[in-house]
Amino acid sequence: MLSAYLDFVRIRFLMMLAYRVNYYSGIIIYAINIGAYYFMWKAIFGDAETLGGFTVMQMTTYIAVSWMARAFYFNNLDREISNEIRDGSVAVQMTRPISYLMVKLMQGFGEGVFRLLLFMVPGMIIVKLIFPIELPADPMRWIVFFVMLWFSFLINTQLNIMTGLFAFFVENNQGLMNMKRIAIDLLSGVILPMSFFPGWARAVLSWLPFQAITYLPSSVFTGRLNGSDVWNAVLVQAIWFAVLTVPIAWMWRAARTRLFVQGG
Amino acid sequence: MRRMAQSMSLFREYIGNYIKTKLTYRADFWVEVISDLMFSAMNLIFIFVVFRQTPALGDWSEAEVVFVYGYFMIPYGIFSTFSNLWNFSDRYITKGEMDRILTRPAGSLTQVMLENVDPPSLIGSLVGIGIMIAAWLRLDLPFHWYDPLVLIVMALGSTLVYVGLYTALAAISFFSDAPTGIVPLIYNIQNYGRYPIQIYNRTIRFLLTWLLPFAFVGVYPASFFLVGHGGRAMAWLTPVVGAIVLALGLWVWRSGVKRYRGAGS
Repeated sequence: MLSAYLDFVRIRFLMMLAYRVNYYSGIIIYAINIGAYYFMWKAIFGDAETLGGFTVMQMTTYIAVSWMARAFYFNNLDREISNEIRDGSVAVQMTRPISYLMVKLMQGFGEGVFRLLLFMVPGMIIVKLIFPIELPADPMRWIVFFVMLWFSFLINTQLNIMTGLFAFFVENNQGLMNMKRIAIDLLSGVILPMSFFPGWARAVLSWLPFQAITYLPSSVFTGRLNGSDVWNAVLVQAIWFAVLTVPIAWMWRAARTRLFVQGG
Repeated sequence: MRRMAQSMSLFREYIGNYIKTKLTYRADFWVEVISDLMFSAMNLIFIFVVFRQTPALGDWSEAEVVFVYGYFMIPYGIFSTFSNLWNFSDRYITKGEMDRILTRPAGSLTQVMLENVDPPSLIGSLVGIGIMIAAWLRLDLPFHWYDPLVLIVMALGSTLVYVGLYTALAAISFFSDAPTGIVPLIYNIQNYGRYPIQIYNRTIRFLLTWLLPFAFVGVYPASFFLVGHGGRAMAWLTPVVGAIVLALGLWVWRSGVKRYRGAGS
């Protein structure tokens, strides 16, 4: 059973490998985006030593690692799932003796492994050459960071699955998918670290799953979280992962009774 | 002149069809408007949150940066409405719909643009005007009788910069049917143009002014109305740059159409 799922990881990885040329420009695009925010933040800092508790160096590192983490965890499972629901092929997949959502997760993971090896790692090296960033020296921090990155992937994928499954309940969830993507970029801390938001917004955001995707792992990586705070951050991610399985299971059960194929 | 009138009547027909299809999925219209606006909302939230930490960005105040952003939204909305060419390569080249376009008498670019017309994007322009007015009042800028006229000229010039660039980029698919990844590349570079160009280093400033003139869709024309950000000469270059970029875009398009041989299926 497990080997069947692992095959989905392998197949998706090989499929992505076949289209790897598309991702070389992806690395440049991410470097461009990091550059835009790098200049922006440099101008924002001006002569100030620290801002929102960040030094310029920490800020640059934070932006770089956040975008590179996004290069890993990002996927289009929401679009894939909603397309399969809309064209009806989900019905065929439901009849198979394997879990549809697990298959999707595994495909997402296959893409993630590809993105990690051919996008994030070379991207990180290029970004390190262009921008003044500081990588952690402690190997333990690297290990924890990669564990947290794994949870980022899981939580982001769960949100994608939920958005995709909405196609069962509404006719067109394109707008919803766009909104979700923007919400994740803004609220997870890719473009702005949580600590810059006003107090009330921080309080709200600390009760939402988004910060677990980018802000927490990037804070560990840049050394802004230390000691027991690191383990708290991992715990927050683990809790969100567990909590999000509940609405997904519920949506999946409700969905199976109301498949409605448009023009099928 | 007759061609212009013909295009206008085609435009009416296409809009009529657009409205008919959209009325079937009414909720989608508003969802699209809202998700368009959310992207701008995200950028504005970024500006607001950042200015909680610092009084100025270079020598630009918060209201000035917001003003530039509001200006940017106007040409961007017009461009997105009429020049929605994002899926051109896929739909017209790979799937071969260009054949159908070329058998008809109207201009090929006119037809492609009208088939993809996207009126909800215009709401972004209206919101941009609102943001500009709000920033105008906060900055206590003087208001001259000619300002609205200048704004129209500038907005049209900026729109042409976008239309010309993206027409040229879409036309690349006439020469190479493999996805080149260049459109998303340019799309991300365009993000630099929404903020005061003075915060970047000289290479990027040069790039945004003379090679990919995105600075003419934001900071240069907007500076015309702002006090103390000099360079009215740069502002007046906007319509000129717009005309040049559009001419280049049309030239690339025409040479592309000449090379087009059909999808072969």
